[in-house]
Amino acid sequence: MKRLFSISVFALMVLLTFFYACKPDPQLDFTTKTAPISFPIPQGWPKPFYNFENNTLTSSGFELGRKLFYDQRLSRDNTISCGSCHQQFAGFAQADHAVSHGVDDKLGVRNSPALFNMNWHTSFFWDGGVNHIESQPINPIKNPVEMDESIDNIIVKLNADATYRSMFKSAFGDETINSQRIFKALAQFMGMLVSSNSKYDKYKRSEAGITMTTQELNGYDIYKSKCSNCHTEPLFTDYSFKSNGLPLTVIKDSGRAHITLNPADLYKFKIPSLRNLKYTGPYMHDGRFNTLDEVLNHYATGISASSNPDAQLAGGIQLTTQQRADLIAFLNTLNDEEFIKDERFKEVK
Amino acid sequence: MKYSIYALLALFLINIGCRKKDDPVTQTPVTTIPQINIIFKNTVDNKPLGLNNTKYQNANGDTFTVSSYQYYISNISLFKDDGSEYKESDSYHLINESSATSKQLTIKNIPTGDYVKIRFLIGVDSLRNVSGAQTGALDPINGMFWTWNTGYIMARMEGSSPQAGIYPNNLGFHIGGFEGPNNVLRWVTLQLPSKAIVTNSNNTSIYINSNLAEWFKTPLTINFSNISSITSSSYGAKMIADNYADMFSIDHVE
Repeated sequence: MKRLFSISVFALMVLLTFFYACKPDPQLDFTTKTAPISFPIPQGWPKPFYNFENNTLTSSGFELGRKLFYDQRLSRDNTISCGSCHQQFAGFAQADHAVSHGVDDKLGVRNSPALFNMNWHTSFFWDGGVNHIESQPINPIKNPVEMDESIDNIIVKLNADATYRSMFKSAFGDETINSQRIFKALAQFMGMLVSSNSKYDKYKRSEAGITMTTQELNGYDIYKSKCSNCHTEPLFTDYSFKSNGLPLTVIKDSGRAHITLNPADLYKFKIPSLRNLKYTGPYMHDGRFNTLDEVLNHYATGISASSNPDAQLAGGIQLTTQQRADLIAFLNTLNDEEFIKDERFKEVK
Repeated sequence: MKYSIYALLALFLINIGCRKKDDPVTQTPVTTIPQINIIFKNTVDNKPLGLNNTKYQNANGDTFTVSSYQYYISNISLFKDDGSEYKESDSYHLINESSATSKQLTIKNIPTGDYVKIRFLIGVDSLRNVSGAQTGALDPINGMFWTWNTGYIMARMEGSSPQAGIYPNNLGFHIGGFEGPNNVLRWVTLQLPSKAIVTNSNNTSIYINSNLAEWFKTPLTINFSNISSITSSSYGAKMIADNYADMFSIDHVE
C-alpha cells in the first residue's frame, strides 16, 4: 500500500511538473513554421553572397514570399505578377518572350533573366544596377513598362486582405505590412530557388547510378577549354560583366555603362549561368537567339567589333560539328528537371 | 523512496519557477530625460525658404522657385568640450521642407554635459546603400531611392526657372551616388557659437540653417540654362554636392 501511495505521489508530481512547468508562452508560436531554417549550401559550392543576414529564413517567411511572388496585385492594374515573367517551367525566365511583357502590353528592352541560385549573385539585372536581393523587387514593381505600381498602393491592397495580414504576422510577429517586410519575404522565396540537382551536379557528387556518356565528357572538356573562363563552375558564371560582341541593334543598349557611366563598360552585360538552358530560352540580354545553335553560330562567326567585345572572343569560338554536338550534350547535363518541378516553388492557388 | 519524493518536490518547485513571469511593474515615467533638439531651418541666402510662390535668384542671377526640398542627415555625433563624442544610434533622418515635424529632431538619453560641436553626414552612408530593405526614414516609399541603380537620393530639390531648358522650365536636382569618384556623401562639422548645456532638467536646442542657394553658388556657379536637371549618380551630382557641402551653419543655441 505504501508503495502504491509512493507511486501515485510520484505520478502526480510528474504530472504537475509537466502541467505547471515551462508552458509555452501563448504569445509565442513554437511551431516549425516560424522556426529559423538554415539555408542549405550545395556540396562543393562557394559561400553564398547573401545568406539571409538580417532576414531570418522561416517557412512562414518563405510562404509569404511565394504568395507575393505570384500575386498580380503587385502591378498597377493587377495583371502582372513576378511569376508572369519568371515562370517555373522556364527556369523562372519567361518562355517564348525575347523581352519582358508588362502592364498595358508594354514591352521592355531586355530578356527576363532566369531566377535560380540568386544568393550567389553579387548584383542583379543584366546591367548589375541593383546591389542586393532585397533591393531587387522594387525595380520591376516601379518600372513603367513592367509592373508600374507604387509600394504605397501595394501596401493598401495587401492590408485589405486578411490572409496577408495573418501571413505577415506569422512571418514577422505582427500584422504590420511595410516595404521592408515585403522585400524580405520576397528575398526568402527567391533565395530558396536553388538549382543543384542536374545530372552534372549528381555526377560531381558521385551519386549512385549517375554516369556521363563519352560524348558528354568530351563536351565537358570543350566547355572547360572554351567557356569556363566566364561561365565558371559550379554556378556556371563568374557574375562579371562582359560584352560577347552581339551586333548593336537600334536600341543600342549601353548595358553596364548605363550604371557605371564608364565608356569601358559599354555594351557589357552580366554573364548568365549555363544552367537550365533547356528551359530558359530565348537567349542573350535581348532574347535575340531562340536556339543554342544560333548562340554557337554567333560565337563562331558573329562577334561584332562595334559592341566592345571581350578580348577573349577575338577570332570567335571555333568548333567542329562533332565538338558542337558534344558541347551541347554536356550543356544538357546542366538542366535540372527537379528544380523546375519542385512543388515548393509552385504557385499555391 | 522518501528522498526521491523530496527530490521530485524540489524539481517541481524549480520548474514552477520557469513559468511565465508576470508583466513587469510599469515603471514611474522619468520626469526629465536629458535630450538635445536639433532644429533645421531651410533658407535661400538670408530669406526663409517658401515653397512654390516665392522667387529667388541664384548666384548666376537666374530666377527660380522651389516646389520641394528634401535631404538626408545621418550619423549625427555631438562632442563635449572635453572632446568626448556621443553618437546617435540608428541615426537616419529625412528633412523635408513640407513637413514641419521632419525638421525637428530630438536626440534622447544623451549624456549630460556641455556640448560644443556637432557632426553629421549629408546623405545616407554607403553601408545602408548596400544592405537591402530598410525601413523608417530609409524606406524607399519616401521617394528618395533609385530603384534601377540601387542607392539613396541624398538630397533633392525641385522647382522651376525661366532659364531652365526643360519644358516647362523645370528644375530637378536629385543628388545621389555613394561610391567611386562621384561619391556625393559629405561630412559637416560645425562648432557651436555657445555651449549646448544638457542637464536632467534643461532642454537644449541647436538651430541649424540650411542655405539652398549654396547648391548653385561655390565652387561652381550653376547657370540653369546649362544645367537644370540631374537625376543620376554623375559628375554633375558630385559638383552640386561640392557646392552644398558648406550649406549648413549654426543659427543659434538656446
